[in-house]
Amino acid sequence: MTSYLSIEHIHKTFGEGPTASEVLRDVDLHVDRGEFISIIGHSGCGKSTVLNIVAGLLETSTGAVILDGKEVSKPGPDRSVVFQNHSLLPWLTVRDNVALAVDKTFKGTKSAAERREWVLQTLDMVGMSHALDKRPDEISGGMKQRVGIARALAMEPKVLLMDEPFGALDALTRAHLQDEVMRIQSELGNTVLMVTHDVDEAVLLSDRIVMMTNGPAATIGEILEIDLPKPRERLAMADNAQYNHYRAEVLRFLHERHKNPESEAA
Amino acid sequence: MMSAILDRNMTFGAGRERPAAAATPTDPVARPAPPSDRSGGAPPPDPGLWGRRMRHAATVVLPPVIVTAIFLFLWEMMTSSQGAVLPGPSQVITDTWELIIDPFYDYGGNDVGMAWQLLASLERVAYGYALAVVAGIGLGVLVGQSTWAMRGLDPLFQVLRTVPPLAWLPISLAAFQASNPSAIFVIFITAIWPIIINTSVGIRNISQDYVNVARVLRLNGFEYFTKIMLPAAAPYVFSGLRIGIGLAWLAIVAAEMLIGGVGIGFFIWDAWNASMLSDIVLALVYVGLVGFFLDRLVAIVGKWVTRGTQAG
Ligand SMILES: Nc1ncnc2c1ncn2[C@@H]1O[C@H](COP(=O)(O)OP(=O)(O)OP(=O)(O)O)[C@@H](O)[C@H]1O
Ligand SMILES: [Mg+2]
Repeated sequence: MTSYLSIEHIHKTFGEGPTASEVLRDVDLHVDRGEFISIIGHSGCGKSTVLNIVAGLLETSTGAVILDGKEVSKPGPDRSVVFQNHSLLPWLTVRDNVALAVDKTFKGTKSAAERREWVLQTLDMVGMSHALDKRPDEISGGMKQRVGIARALAMEPKVLLMDEPFGALDALTRAHLQDEVMRIQSELGNTVLMVTHDVDEAVLLSDRIVMMTNGPAATIGEILEIDLPKPRERLAMADNAQYNHYRAEVLRFLHERHKNPESEAA
Repeated sequence: MMSAILDRNMTFGAGRERPAAAATPTDPVARPAPPSDRSGGAPPPDPGLWGRRMRHAATVVLPPVIVTAIFLFLWEMMTSSQGAVLPGPSQVITDTWELIIDPFYDYGGNDVGMAWQLLASLERVAYGYALAVVAGIGLGVLVGQSTWAMRGLDPLFQVLRTVPPLAWLPISLAAFQASNPSAIFVIFITAIWPIIINTSVGIRNISQDYVNVARVLRLNGFEYFTKIMLPAAAPYVFSGLRIGIGLAWLAIVAAEMLIGGVGIGFFIWDAWNASMLSDIVLALVYVGLVGFFLDRLVAIVGKWVTRGTQAG
C-alpha cells in the first residue's frame, strides 16, 4: 500500500561548490492520511527545511515528496503552513490577514458573507476576536502566532504544516490551542506535520514522533510510535505510565544519543 | 536659441551668490514644529491642560520664533547701514507690499500675481512629477523584480542620474521645440531617478517570509503586486518620492529662469534683470515655503499609506 504523503529519500544541499552545505541526507518518511506527525530535533538540524520542502517552498536536491499520488513541486491548495515566525503581513489587520487566505481559498465555494463569517469564526477559535482590527505590530508575539494558526486552519487544508506553532505562547494558551488543534484534526481528519521542541507536546498530540539526528547532513534517527488512545486527556496523561515511558524515550534520544552539539562542545 | 541659453546660463552663474545668500530667511520659517518634535516635547508629570499647553508653547513654538526674530533683527542691522546693497526685511516688505496683499492680480502676459506665478510652477511640477512617479515606480518594479533588467538598466541609470537637471534642458528644447514641455521634461528626468532606485531597492528587500506567504496562499501576479509588493516596498517608494519632489522643486526654479513665461523661476529672473531685489527676496521666501509644504505633503501621505508597514 502506498502512503498518502511520502517523503522519498530526500537530500538537501544549500549553495554550490566550496560553500555548499549538506543539510538533509536521505530523509525518508511515509505518512498515512489523517496521521499526526511531530518532528523533533535540536536547533538547526533541518526541521524547517523538511517542512518547507513538503510545503513546496523549497526544492529537494535529490529525492521527491509525493502527496496523494502526485509529486510536490510547488505550494498547493491542499497544504497550508503555520510559519515559525508567524509571517503575518504587517500592513493588514488581524482580520484582513486571515481574510486574505480565506478569500483566496474559498472564492468559488463560499459567498462573501459566509467567508466573512468564517474569518470571524476561526479567529474566535484562537481567542483573537477582541483584536480584529489591530495590526500585527500592535499585538504580542503569542497573539501573532495565534493569528498565524488561524490563517492556516481557516484554509481547511488536507495537510497542515506547522513550524513550532506554539513556541511563543504562554502555558495556558498553548494548552488551549493544542486542544483546539487536536479537536479540529479529529473532526476534519487533516494530516499534520508539526515541528516542535516540546517533548510533552509531541507525545500528547502525535501518532508518531520523528526524531532527527544533529546536522549537518541530518536524517531521521528514530521514529517513535505513540500508541495511546485518542482523544487524549491532558490531565489523565500525567499519571499514565505509557505516556511517561514515551516521554522518557524522546528525552533519552535528544539528550543521550544526540546531544545538542553546543552543549557537547562545552 | 542655444547660445541665448548659454549666455543666460553664464550670467545666471555669476549672479547666483546673491539669491543664495538671501535664501536663508526661509529656513527658520521652514523649521517650526515637525510632528516628531511635538511628541518628543511631552512633559512627564501632568500639570493640567493649561500647563501642558504652556510647556508645549515653550518647547516647540518658542525656539523657532526666537531664532527667526534674532535672524530678522541681524539681517535688518546688517542691511540698514549706508551703502548696503541688499534690502533688509522691512525694506522688502515695503517694496513688495502690493505683491503681498494682492497675490491674484492679472494684468496679462507675465504680469500676474505671486499666486499665479507659483501655481504655474506647481502645474509644471505636477505634470513632470506625476509622469516621474508613474514611470519611476514602473521601472523600479521592473528593475527590482528582474535580475536581467537590473543588469541591463542599472549602468545606464547610474550614469544618467548624475547628469545635472539643467543639462537636460537644451536637448529637451531641441526635442520638443517648445518651452513648457521642455520644463516638464526636466522635472520628470530630475525626479525619476530617486523614485526608480528606491522602488527597486524596496522590491529587492521584500522579506522572503512575505514571498513564502504569498506562495502558500497562491496569490497570482496581480494579487502579489497589490497585496504584497506595493505595501512591502511602500516605505522605500515613499522615501524616493520625497527626494523626488524636493529635486523637482529645485529644478523647476532653475528651469523656468531659462525658459521664461509665467512661473516663479522666471519671476525671479525678471526681477533680477529689473534690479528689484526685494521682489527676489519675497519670491525666495515663497519658493522655500512651497518647497517645505510639498515635502511635508509627500511625507504625510507616505506616513499615512505606510502606517503599520515599518515593522516589516
Ligand atoms: N536558504 C538557506 N540557505 C543556506 N542555508 C540554509 C538555508 N535555510 C536553512 N539553511 C541551513 O540549514 C540548516 C537547517 O535549517 P533549518 O531552518 O531547517 O533548521 P531547524 O531545524 O528548523 O532549526 P530551528 O529549530 O532553530 O528552527 C541550518 O544550518 C541553516 O543554516
Ligand atoms: Mg526551524
